[in-house]
Amino acid sequence: MGAIKLDAVDVMTEIPILKYNQNGSSIIQSLMQRIQRHWRAIVIAIPFLWLLLFFLAPFFIVAKISLAELAIASPPFTRMIEWTEGGILTVRIVFDNFRYILSDSLYFDTYVNSLKISVTSTFLCLLLGYPIAYAIVRSGPVARPILLLLIILPFWTSFLLRVYAWMGLLADQGTINNLLIAIGVIDEPIHMLYTEFAVYIGIVYTYMPFMILPLYANMEKLDGSLNEAAADLGSRPTNTFFKVTLPLTTPGIIAGSLLVFIPATGEYVIPDLLGGGNVQMIGRVLFNEFSRNSDWPVAAAVAIVLLVILVVPIIIFQHFQGKAAEAP
Amino acid sequence: MHGKRSQFLTFMLSVGLAFFYIPLILLMIYSFNESKLVPVWGGWSVRWYEVLLQSEEVWGAVALSLKIAFVNASVATALGMLAGLAMVRFGKFRGRTLFGGMLVAPLVMPEVITGLALLVLFISLKELVGWPDQRGFTTITIAHITFSLAYVAVTVQARLTGMGTTMEEAAADLGAKPFKVLTAITLPRLTPALLSGWLLAFTLSLDDLVIASFVTGPGATTLPILIFSRIRVGLRPDINALATIMILFIAICVTIAAILLFRQQRQDKLNQKFAEGN
Repeated sequence: MGAIKLDAVDVMTEIPILKYNQNGSSIIQSLMQRIQRHWRAIVIAIPFLWLLLFFLAPFFIVAKISLAELAIASPPFTRMIEWTEGGILTVRIVFDNFRYILSDSLYFDTYVNSLKISVTSTFLCLLLGYPIAYAIVRSGPVARPILLLLIILPFWTSFLLRVYAWMGLLADQGTINNLLIAIGVIDEPIHMLYTEFAVYIGIVYTYMPFMILPLYANMEKLDGSLNEAAADLGSRPTNTFFKVTLPLTTPGIIAGSLLVFIPATGEYVIPDLLGGGNVQMIGRVLFNEFSRNSDWPVAAAVAIVLLVILVVPIIIFQHFQGKAAEAP
Repeated sequence: MHGKRSQFLTFMLSVGLAFFYIPLILLMIYSFNESKLVPVWGGWSVRWYEVLLQSEEVWGAVALSLKIAFVNASVATALGMLAGLAMVRFGKFRGRTLFGGMLVAPLVMPEVITGLALLVLFISLKELVGWPDQRGFTTITIAHITFSLAYVAVTVQARLTGMGTTMEEAAADLGAKPFKVLTAITLPRLTPALLSGWLLAFTLSLDDLVIASFVTGPGATTLPILIFSRIRVGLRPDINALATIMILFIAICVTIAAILLFRQQRQDKLNQKFAEGN
């Protein structure tokens, strides 16, 4: 990996030229010498190559398959480049899968519905998460780490089990209905599981920590004296909040919202378990197209279209993450 | 930025915490329900734990998941550490923007896309080079490493930025070679971040359903795949018991990790004060 060039920026950038005793230099010694000389390039190259092979390359293969046709073969799609009889190289590119997805109203409606659900859920997460994050920042030095831990805990707890917990609450014979019937509020159970309502609950519940944590990180750095200055100048707390605090927390709002919005758009588990067959989301369609129908080219095309929809939010997110990582 | 917390904020905080914890607490309580029907209370009992412990299927899935999680966490921590070092301490290098992008994208990429992409990669690799000859442990572990290393890298980057370069500069001033600075100063100080990164990678792996479902093969059933196949049909008391064990296990791990990180942060602040001469 001599191709990677290192520019001197910090103290560690100088590559040492170690003067080893050349007498009786064994293979191991020269290897060690090489590692010491090129360690910087090696450090970069190992994770770089891993990500190129296992993260970037797969997307090109998905794109390639999305331009193939379904075939009775293993794997179940036609080859893009093939040597046909007589040594002629043929290249087959079919746009049928995209034409099919974009013309079929089922797919179109599903994309729209996924976006509607993820945008609404993101907004709900923000509405609930913002005051929670603010409350933690405003807490005393003893309560703060404890509260933070209480928010982080569910984030680490199995996603699948958190969704399952809501199945038990929302079912027709579930805890909420049992409770409401027992205290006499309702006679018949309210149908909540396998509805869009349940999907909203599931997404807001499982993604909320992703909203709170970046907001908290942002608010923690705010300078409290700005609020005092505003108060001294006669600004009322509500006014100060909207004119000072809210604008200063925009980076946190954007980071948190994207952390919820992007993965929620492609969500599979929540619409499957809490929505049943009644809520169509694109992640579920993709999964079923692939696993039940074994139509890989269409599944690949569905993934590519989803990626195209999400690419701008992903780039914005990367931009914000990059800035956050470089800030001292 | 702390001090007063208005009544409204305290109220929202209480609602939020209740929203987070009531479902989990109820889930755990119902694991001790005698009745076969989860929401119908039939008295206290541990029979579902006994059912669980006798199930070979569950034990097999637990063993496979733990094995994957362990290898994943170890490799992802190593790779994430290298990636974090490269991003924070190496200044500019060719491909840095692409590298940084590939490190961040897995954090938000919808799982169905990552899963499908990795599956077609494994199939193409098998056609081209004959490896991996079958899907299961290896393919799931590789898939998990790929997204876990991004989380470890974020943790490592935050720590490297947080601890500053003062100590490293001092070591360099005293004549330590860059490689020596790395092994004697930087890496030891990274240990808490690496530990919490390892734990994070471990739990992420234990938790993953979608990506594993794509890249698994016949016979390789991880714990989330097993749980999902059972709860798709409805509530099951033995899954409540399993959930209780998993939630408590994770809670203990996270609390330990949080204490480690918190201590480190406090130490950082003390070091900083000391360095500034206050």
